[in-house]
Amino acid sequence: MRVVVDGVTKTFKDKKGREVTALSKIDFAIDRQEFVVLVGPSGCGKSTLLNIVGGLLSPSEGSVYFDGLSSAGSDPRLGIVFQEIALLPWRTVFENVIYGLEEMGISKKEQKEKGQYYIDMVGLTGFEQAFPKQLSGGMKQRAGIARALAIEPDLLLMDEPFSALDAQSRTLMQEELLTIWNRTKLSTLYVTHNIQEAVYLADRVIVLSRHPGKIKEIIRIDLPKTGRDQEEHRIQFDEYVKQIWDLIRHDAQDALKEG
Amino acid sequence: MGETKKYIKNRVAFLDLKVPGYAPVIGIAGLLLLWEIVCRLGWVAPLYLPAPTAILAAGWEMLTKGELLQNLGASLYRIVLGYLLGASVGIIVGLLLGFSRWADAIGSPILYSLYPIPKIALLPLIVLWLGIGELPKVTIIALGVFFPVVINTFSGVKNVDSVLIKAAVSFGSNHFNVIRKVILPGALPVIFAGLKLAAGTSLLLLVAAEMIAAQHGIGSMILHYGNLMITTKLMVGILVLSMLGLLLNRGLQWLENKLLPWK
Repeated sequence: MRVVVDGVTKTFKDKKGREVTALSKIDFAIDRQEFVVLVGPSGCGKSTLLNIVGGLLSPSEGSVYFDGLSSAGSDPRLGIVFQEIALLPWRTVFENVIYGLEEMGISKKEQKEKGQYYIDMVGLTGFEQAFPKQLSGGMKQRAGIARALAIEPDLLLMDEPFSALDAQSRTLMQEELLTIWNRTKLSTLYVTHNIQEAVYLADRVIVLSRHPGKIKEIIRIDLPKTGRDQEEHRIQFDEYVKQIWDLIRHDAQDALKEG
Repeated sequence: MGETKKYIKNRVAFLDLKVPGYAPVIGIAGLLLLWEIVCRLGWVAPLYLPAPTAILAAGWEMLTKGELLQNLGASLYRIVLGYLLGASVGIIVGLLLGFSRWADAIGSPILYSLYPIPKIALLPLIVLWLGIGELPKVTIIALGVFFPVVINTFSGVKNVDSVLIKAAVSFGSNHFNVIRKVILPGALPVIFAGLKLAAGTSLLLLVAAEMIAAQHGIGSMILHYGNLMITTKLMVGILVLSMLGLLLNRGLQWLENKLLPWK
């Protein structure tokens, strides 16, 4: 199974009625069990691209399709983890996690089993009956991740999932995400503006430029999937970070000026 | 040189000053006491302002004779039926207007042109159309409740975070489930604001409708004793209305706490 992004272009009309090209002719594919990270400066359209892949926005041109899906006939399942977390505030953690399972129409018993399995996996055991507002940002996003994992998606989409967290929670959550990912090995598309995070998590990093959003370079990270933060990989790790930063730097400076 | 200590005090302590629990009672009890004294000393004739104790005595008498319950029953029937009808139709229409762009474009201009009409002005028209039975009274109350509820529901729906709707759809919800599981609960806090607003309107319209044409009901009872200049019994009617209003508000507050534990 592969997810193919084929010639995706997205244009908007700005407030003055001018055409603005947010994304221009984006082509890439995500392989089975591959972790792809989109990285770029603010305004490069990386979240727009993720929304198009997630079926929450239509492309102006081009298409996104799944190739060689095993269960013929049914729509591919997408599990999205939102930047805004987007838990329903009136549902408990458990009720939020099983939301997708509920809509799939599976039995209550199965919902309970799967819900509990993924709640345990993300480390929310004991918080099943808590409402989102009772949880910290990191705990909320764990629930968001569990909700996406619970439907056992064909593609996991994550839109800057940890950007609302403080630096310490963020580091811990990155480590945990890697542990979880190694257990599930889901094909994943992950959006971030944090270069260290991209190098830490990705099999491949897609660097986007801005105005218009285009693929600048695709970089394969040739490091073992776990333990990239260990001393023995530090030099290589830093080289990747520098390489990506050099690609983005100029664009990021422009973005800063425009505000 | 002698050193002196200067302690820093909390200069905004007044922001979280605690008031003792008996404080709210002081005002009401004081007012009632003053009222009673003024009447006992004969400063005001009982025809204009009967004493609180006299009103209570008259109320007890009306209660034991069954007069009060008969009138209260008739009023309760009208207001409960009218309120439920207006509120449920208002919520459904508000959800549809808020959810569907088409319904909004077509329905909203009609709604906003009818909204400013004081509903009391429609009473003669409704009596003309529906006669003087129970139906016109229930209808006018339902109408008065419908508008604040529909407008609040609509704005509540518009205030639901669109990322929640996107999340629900991405996890497989169809339109009906989006309305049921996301939009309705998300709009509920604002809907309740409308329901509380409508409670006052419904009481007003109940009394107005009963004063125009009714055999029984608190409104007609008040009018009746007003014409006979039996002020004590008139005041009993007003007291009952005030308690009805309080009860309605408390009931809605209770329901809100029950339905919105996540707030």
